[in-house]
Amino acid sequence: MDNFLTRALIGLGRKVTSRIWRLGFAARFFLAILLESGTALRRLNLTIREIYFTGVLSLIIILVSGLFVGMVLGLQGYDTLQRYGSSEALGVLVSLSLVRELGPVVAALLFASRAGSAITAEIGLMKATEQLSAMEMMAVNPIARVVAPRFWGGVLSMPLLAALFSAMGIFGGYLVGVQLIGVDEGSFWSQMQASVDFREDIMNGVIKSFVFGVIVSWVAVFEGYDADPTAEGVSGATTRTVVTSSLAILAADFVLTAFMFRGV
Amino acid sequence: MSQESLVEIRNLNFTYDSRPVLTGINMTIPRGKVVAVMGSSGCGKTTTMRLIGGQLKPTSGEVRVAGKVVHELDGDGLYDLRRRMGMLFQFGALFTDMSVYDNVAFQMREHTDLNEAMIRDLVMMKLHAVGLRGAHKLMPAELSGGMARRVALARAIALDPMLMMYDEPFAGLDPISLSIVGELIRKLNDALGGSSIVVTHDVQESLKIVDYVYFVSEGKIVAEGTAEEIKSSTVPYVHQFVWGEADGPVPFHYPSRSSYGAELTGRAARHG
Amino acid sequence: MSRTALDLWVGFFVAIGLAALLFLALKVGNLTSASTGETYALQAKFDNIGGLKVRAAVKSAGVVVGRVSEIRFDPEAYLAVVTIQVDARYKFPKDTFATINTSGLLGEQYIGFEVGGDSAMLASGDAIKKTQSAVVLEKLISQFMFNKAAEDGGKK
Repeated sequence: MDNFLTRALIGLGRKVTSRIWRLGFAARFFLAILLESGTALRRLNLTIREIYFTGVLSLIIILVSGLFVGMVLGLQGYDTLQRYGSSEALGVLVSLSLVRELGPVVAALLFASRAGSAITAEIGLMKATEQLSAMEMMAVNPIARVVAPRFWGGVLSMPLLAALFSAMGIFGGYLVGVQLIGVDEGSFWSQMQASVDFREDIMNGVIKSFVFGVIVSWVAVFEGYDADPTAEGVSGATTRTVVTSSLAILAADFVLTAFMFRGV
Repeated sequence: MSQESLVEIRNLNFTYDSRPVLTGINMTIPRGKVVAVMGSSGCGKTTTMRLIGGQLKPTSGEVRVAGKVVHELDGDGLYDLRRRMGMLFQFGALFTDMSVYDNVAFQMREHTDLNEAMIRDLVMMKLHAVGLRGAHKLMPAELSGGMARRVALARAIALDPMLMMYDEPFAGLDPISLSIVGELIRKLNDALGGSSIVVTHDVQESLKIVDYVYFVSEGKIVAEGTAEEIKSSTVPYVHQFVWGEADGPVPFHYPSRSSYGAELTGRAARHG
Repeated sequence: MSRTALDLWVGFFVAIGLAALLFLALKVGNLTSASTGETYALQAKFDNIGGLKVRAAVKSAGVVVGRVSEIRFDPEAYLAVVTIQVDARYKFPKDTFATINTSGLLGEQYIGFEVGGDSAMLASGDAIKKTQSAVVLEKLISQFMFNKAAEDGGKK
């Protein structure tokens, strides 16, 4: 019994220390990316290429999901608001929920599963096929040449994608609310403009999506770089990217929201 | 130390996770020669090469390349050294997101200020040397194994390295590609005037092209000599290896903690 | 994919992304109206601010002329001190009357300015003398009930 207890404790301790070690490694990796970012920013075409692969290729999923989320918000919001006789506040409801929360968060979750997993798989496969090793032997630092451009591509794409998601969602809410149900168009837009503040709501949304972009890109490049160089290793790392970054996005969203909107 | 040797390895030990991989290795690779490091799979050959390239640090002992101790170099010094080394990875390790042309041009673009026209001439020259001038537009996925190996070779010699390292250059090739790659290794070495290290377990092909052979088994050098000496060697391990006999000093069975009989009766693991 | 096609796509992506941001800023948000211009601060003391919040609107004749920037409690006078940022384009007389109103029965609360006739204008940092507190619905109801009871009692 005593033996069993010590073994269980040793197992627990090992798990905790290895997690902490990995976290520390991830932090050092983040620092290394920042230090090696010179190449990615100086040779902008490397980063532009990655913006294509992360941003442009995520456009369809972001635009279509944004439209549908906005349309659902329009339907549900109208249903609730008309009970209190304030259906003209639909524009406010749709725009505030999108700009403050749904836009940054849902866009980031979609981005994690569309682009984050692709980044992890690509870097993991480059590692498994010794491409990163080969690069190192050619005196080219893979963090500068491979990791940093992908990181910055993701970080720069994310706020734009979130803005597109919100804009598309508001358009979806407008379609359902104004065109389909018949809420007054004038009050839909004017009430929205009266209660959405540029700095408090929109800029905070942009800041959120920037932070989420850093989180997703960081997790994705780290998991790829840290993957076991085997088929199972890469597929496991891809799954971990989606799970870890999704959880991190939601947790960070809570913290950011608590800081940003506490005083209002 | 003699001026003639490009790489010198002295008393090299390397342990991985407290498991000794290499113990007491001494090697000398003279300028202008092709040296083979042979041994069965997993004996530490590739590790030796990574130690020379500075991707791993020795536990003790040292590796000197062109007079410099590799593991004492700082980041920039190491990168300077690596620019003068070329390495051919086991399966080519071509960059899959670039065309053949861009793969060969990679190092020139990263490390030199040559203009695009000059790079084009150089890339075509290198591709011509490996006989794949016509394939410059293809993507790595469209190449056969042997072609990919040759493109990787063209990429490795892009900056005319003084030291070429080949990791299992013959693995998984058909007999024709095999002798093409073998001949290329010899010809390129003589043309570049540098040295080459070939890590391989393909005895027959490599004995045709190399000047000197080190035999490694379980992390130790068990035999060395010229190709002729190795062929006529009487060391039991070398004899088994060169002539490809199934049983000998290298046992057929992986060492097991329990006997086959005990396992059959199902008592092995529980009491082991 | 050629370099030009790639650049074109990325350019397109960045352009529509920025357009979406611009749409959010101008069409959805209120970047065009107020908030960017110059303002000056006024103070007003209230017995009770009810549900007034920071960033609540300040209206005169129904037009938004400023916003509440700070609300704090004065521990000596036991009053609420509200700081208001008023658009610098608008000047108000010294005897302006500040009331806390509610838009609709249950809507959000705002400060209303009723302009007096003084020829001197309020300057930055001035305090508004005449204020009226928020109407607290519960008080109103209990007052009504009390009066009703008193009336009924008087009839008997």
